[in-house]
Amino acid sequence: MIVYWLCFILFLVGLYGVITRRNLIKIAISLSIMEFSTFLFFALVGYFEGGVAPIVDPADPVKLYVDPLPQALVLTAIVIGLATTSLLMAVIIRIYRKYGSLDIREIKNLRG
Amino acid sequence: MNPLIPLLVVIPLAGAFLIMILGRFIRHFNKVLASLVLLILTIISFYFLFNTGDKISVYKVGGWEAVNSIPIGIYMVVDGFTAIVLCIINLIGFLSVFYSISYIARYTSEDYFYALFCLMIAGMNGVVASGDIFNIFVFLEISSISSYALVAFGVEKQQLEATFKYQVLGGLASFLILFGIGFLYWKTKTLNIADIRTVMVSAYDRKFYLMVEIMMLSGFGIKAAVIPFHAWLPDAHSSAPSPISAMLSGVFIKAVGIYVIIRLFFNMFVISEEMAILATTLGTLSMVVGVFLAIGQWDIKRLLAYHSISQMGYVIMSVGIGMILLSRGLRHEVAALAIAGGIFHLINHAAFKGLLFLNAGAIEYSTGTRDLREMGGLAKSMPVTSATSFAASMAISGIPPFNGFFSKLIIIFAAVMAHFYLLAALAAIVSIITLASFLKFQRYAFYNKDSGQKKETVIKEVPFPMVFSMIVLSIICLLLSLLAIPGIRDTFLTPAINILMDPSKYSTYIIGI
Repeated sequence: MIVYWLCFILFLVGLYGVITRRNLIKIAISLSIMEFSTFLFFALVGYFEGGVAPIVDPADPVKLYVDPLPQALVLTAIVIGLATTSLLMAVIIRIYRKYGSLDIREIKNLRG
Repeated sequence: MNPLIPLLVVIPLAGAFLIMILGRFIRHFNKVLASLVLLILTIISFYFLFNTGDKISVYKVGGWEAVNSIPIGIYMVVDGFTAIVLCIINLIGFLSVFYSISYIARYTSEDYFYALFCLMIAGMNGVVASGDIFNIFVFLEISSISSYALVAFGVEKQQLEATFKYQVLGGLASFLILFGIGFLYWKTKTLNIADIRTVMVSAYDRKFYLMVEIMMLSGFGIKAAVIPFHAWLPDAHSSAPSPISAMLSGVFIKAVGIYVIIRLFFNMFVISEEMAILATTLGTLSMVVGVFLAIGQWDIKRLLAYHSISQMGYVIMSVGIGMILLSRGLRHEVAALAIAGGIFHLINHAAFKGLLFLNAGAIEYSTGTRDLREMGGLAKSMPVTSATSFAASMAISGIPPFNGFFSKLIIIFAAVMAHFYLLAALAAIVSIITLASFLKFQRYAFYNKDSGQKKETVIKEVPFPMVFSMIVLSIICLLLSLLAIPGIRDTFLTPAINILMDPSKYSTYIIGI
């Protein structure tokens, strides 16, 4: 059970970072931390004590396999996460070129 | 197995790749192909609208049949409600793309624009036609990522800031949704919406599912910009190029936000009274707060963006009233009326808000400004824009011959019949404030005398593609009023309501295939 709580705490660490950090890169890193805590949770959903990798062994058909579906989901989600993170980084680079700063307090043209 | 369903995703995906590969070799290839793709998609979705009725058509991706009546493949489902939302997406998408032919010509790298546009359409069609909850997430991310890129398309200071905010909040929403999906899978060991429903009903763990529901509501609520989660919307929608604003405001927040909320809460989760009251409260809050935030705006597109929040509040409030009645298990006909009002307003909002953003784009195209105080007297120089935007303004503020009147009337009727008098009064008051805000827009933009300073350039009407899209949308605004007539409503709206009112029908049918 404790590992699920740790996973949730990791999510909250990421959320804390997104809310409190002022550097754009650090915000992006905090988002990644949240993302990975979600992936970790998915991996945990499929796992149980003593399960083995889900490769069917004809010699011993009664093995206990872990659930392979969450692993497939995590792989898909990692690819999506790669796309979002790289797009976010590209935007941050452009912002740095325009504003000359990565401080979120100096990037506030839009309000109201 | 209906072989047309995967085409909804395949055609725009193929279009996006072909534009990126061949666009640089053939002149005008990007515009022609993107318009063609959207035109075909519009035809397909109208085919679904006229042929679906009360049927549910299912496509199993990869041909994986159900084992022991447990679905194992990815299902794509088109029913009455899906068909309506598909029509909105592809029709508004087609008109926006046609409008972009002249609007986007002043930007560089048009190929990227059209490719991203096709990707966004593919994502939204996928979300709407998906019967599998993880598949919804995947397509949601496809459309979100392309919309992040499209918001930043101008790569100026404002656009970049808006897209950064949008991405951070959108990312947060995605992780909440993903967490919710993880929890659902943990408990039910399946991802198919219909199957989750049956497993959930057979062993109902109330506290656990309430937690999942709250996660899903906040995740999709961020995507739909319900009021406590609305911070990104005015920035993103006002910074994007105008056809994209029309898509984001007219379609995107509905397809990936409201549609999924309605679908999940009616067809997957067991409706609980707490969640119904929460949804109604959030809807009412966004309806009221959105309009008050809108009224002080001087930037046309920000004004319109805040009105989107307010109008989406109407939809959520109305659907929430339906949920409350359903959860109490009484007065099904009033619940059906409330849901009908919500869906009707969702369709109408797509038409008039798309049109208003296209008008805003036309004004910006001709005058080069978005500030209402710097305009004036445009009614003479831009007659078509003026006339169409008048139609849209009257539609959004609920003036009789236009569609907005009828949907707001149904919503207010339903609220009164359900004995939510306060909500009915609030809906009426918000409608009046909306009218005031749009009269301000009309007066300052089109009728006020020019404020003395003569500009050197003469302001002209916009080119044909933009005019065409605006005129078609204003005609649609008028035609949609016909949906209020009982005979026509029965053909188009009632199948959607039936499928939402009766979740067991949805799940048993899909599992039975």
